Amino acid sequence: MSLEKTISHVKERFSEAVLDVTEFAGEQIVHIKSGSVLDVLKIFKDEGFNFLANLTAVDNLTLGGFERFSVVYHLLSHGFVERVTVKAYVAEDDPTIPSVENLWKTADWQEREVYDLFGIVFEGHPNLVRIMNPEDYKGHPLRKNYPRKGKTERTDFPVVERGISKENKTK
Amino acid sequence: MMQLTDHRSETGKMILNFGPSHPATHGTLRVIMELDGETVVKSTPEIGYLHSGFEKLGEDLDFNQYITITDRMNYLSPLCNNVAYALSAEKLMEIEVPRRAQYIRVLMCELSRIADHILSIGMQAVDIGAFTVFLYGFRLREEIYDLFEIATGTRLTTSYTRVGGLMRDIPEDFDKAVVRVLDQVDEVLNDIETLLNKNRIWHNRTKDVGVISKEDAISYGLSGPMARASGIDWDIRVKEPYSSYSDFDFDVIIALNGDVFDRYLVRTEEIRQSEKICRQVINDMPSGDINIDPDHKFNLPPKEEVYNSIEGLIHHFEITMPNRGMEPPAGESYVPTESPNGELGYYIVSNGGRTPYRVRTRPPSFINYSILSQIMDGQMLSDAVAILGSMNIIAGELDR
Repeated sequence: MSLEKTISHVKERFSEAVLDVTEFAGEQIVHIKSGSVLDVLKIFKDEGFNFLANLTAVDNLTLGGFERFSVVYHLLSHGFVERVTVKAYVAEDDPTIPSVENLWKTADWQEREVYDLFGIVFEGHPNLVRIMNPEDYKGHPLRKNYPRKGKTERTDFPVVERGISKENKTK
Repeated sequence: MMQLTDHRSETGKMILNFGPSHPATHGTLRVIMELDGETVVKSTPEIGYLHSGFEKLGEDLDFNQYITITDRMNYLSPLCNNVAYALSAEKLMEIEVPRRAQYIRVLMCELSRIADHILSIGMQAVDIGAFTVFLYGFRLREEIYDLFEIATGTRLTTSYTRVGGLMRDIPEDFDKAVVRVLDQVDEVLNDIETLLNKNRIWHNRTKDVGVISKEDAISYGLSGPMARASGIDWDIRVKEPYSSYSDFDFDVIIALNGDVFDRYLVRTEEIRQSEKICRQVINDMPSGDINIDPDHKFNLPPKEEVYNSIEGLIHHFEITMPNRGMEPPAGESYVPTESPNGELGYYIVSNGGRTPYRVRTRPPSFINYSILSQIMDGQMLSDAVAILGSMNIIAGELDR
């Protein structure tokens, strides 16, 4: 099987970068440090995982993990018909990770989306601007500490002081 | 955002703003094109006009509630979205639905594919000026939507699947209604092909327009008809079969040139294959349950049980109460499915709670659209409409 071989290659060559290899529901997940994401994905690409099916991120604030954010790459091999998930962990105080736009052009827009919604900066990205939200938008909505009820992003709402009891007031 | 202060930029080229509300964009997309005469020198797509935070919403809704949100992503084939999401959630919970449910899901997916492709071809044609094709296609689509209405109760917001089964079984004699519609598919396709396949104008407008090479298609992550029109032999239904697709016999349609005409050809032939699958499903439809064993406490019990027995009532509350419900193991799952536009998958991360920790959609429209400026630059302005039509971009899925 090509996948096991590739994972063992990655483990051999970047033993300090691979944090863990886990399995869930029959899928292999390779956990790596963010700094070596380009090298690791290059090996995967060279060994047949030619297609970046999906790129996204997860905020591990309450989930737990090696770092605050993980950038998730779903790779697919057209030749071997295998899939693998690579998770690169990004620290909270310095949310930067190298861009993989050089390996797959599809990373361009998906990295922009992750930058927009999570605030993770992709170094070496040719055009890292917001894609879903307007450019002057403040905050990164998919972070777990971003409020879901719309309290902070609309501070310009006129507050009507009417018969709401003090403790139920929103502001 | 690009500033549109002057019609003429410093280079003497004209800036043309296409969209976000334009009859040929079929949704709210915007493309800013820099024109030199009639040639597009540089195009910058701008998206996000329909961004509604579906992924954030998913963190607050439980596994069955989120199915209603998936309807609103690709609103031309909502059943495919329902199925894709249910499959991913089921993989997370490590359950497998009964064969009858799998077959019904396949039937619904393939009917959706016919409806989606026929509308896509119609829209592409009406943008180029062939209005009749659009009318032929729309009549058939209407018939298919009637089938959806019979089975799910609604035409658009179907919400038909549930984690662990389906909302309800298909009604009696549904198969006859399906066959009646399938009999028309070939006729409509023949009508469309007679109009277009040997049409000089259609050829001039679509051949060698918007060519995508095989390497570009892989690099840009294209999937579905767009990838297959560029010669990539990849169909998830065949390569990584899900929901009993391996039981059915059909061909993967590929074309080699990767232009607008080939994408049209791939779509028309895929409709024929879908029709073939539908007939096989109808013939081999197994009997039995559509939901997994009620002891798993995934599915709502039948209404008679809820109203007439205390066990049924407790069962009902066990599922619907806010602090109860299904509890998946902590983990993550991603199931790729072949939606009409390409690879559609839901990446669900769970921390063991009753709502997902994170739901990410792998939207085929979004990823297919990212190649736009690559293929648009250097083309004529009038070809922009043909290219956009051939991509079948659904704004709801593009922006989510």
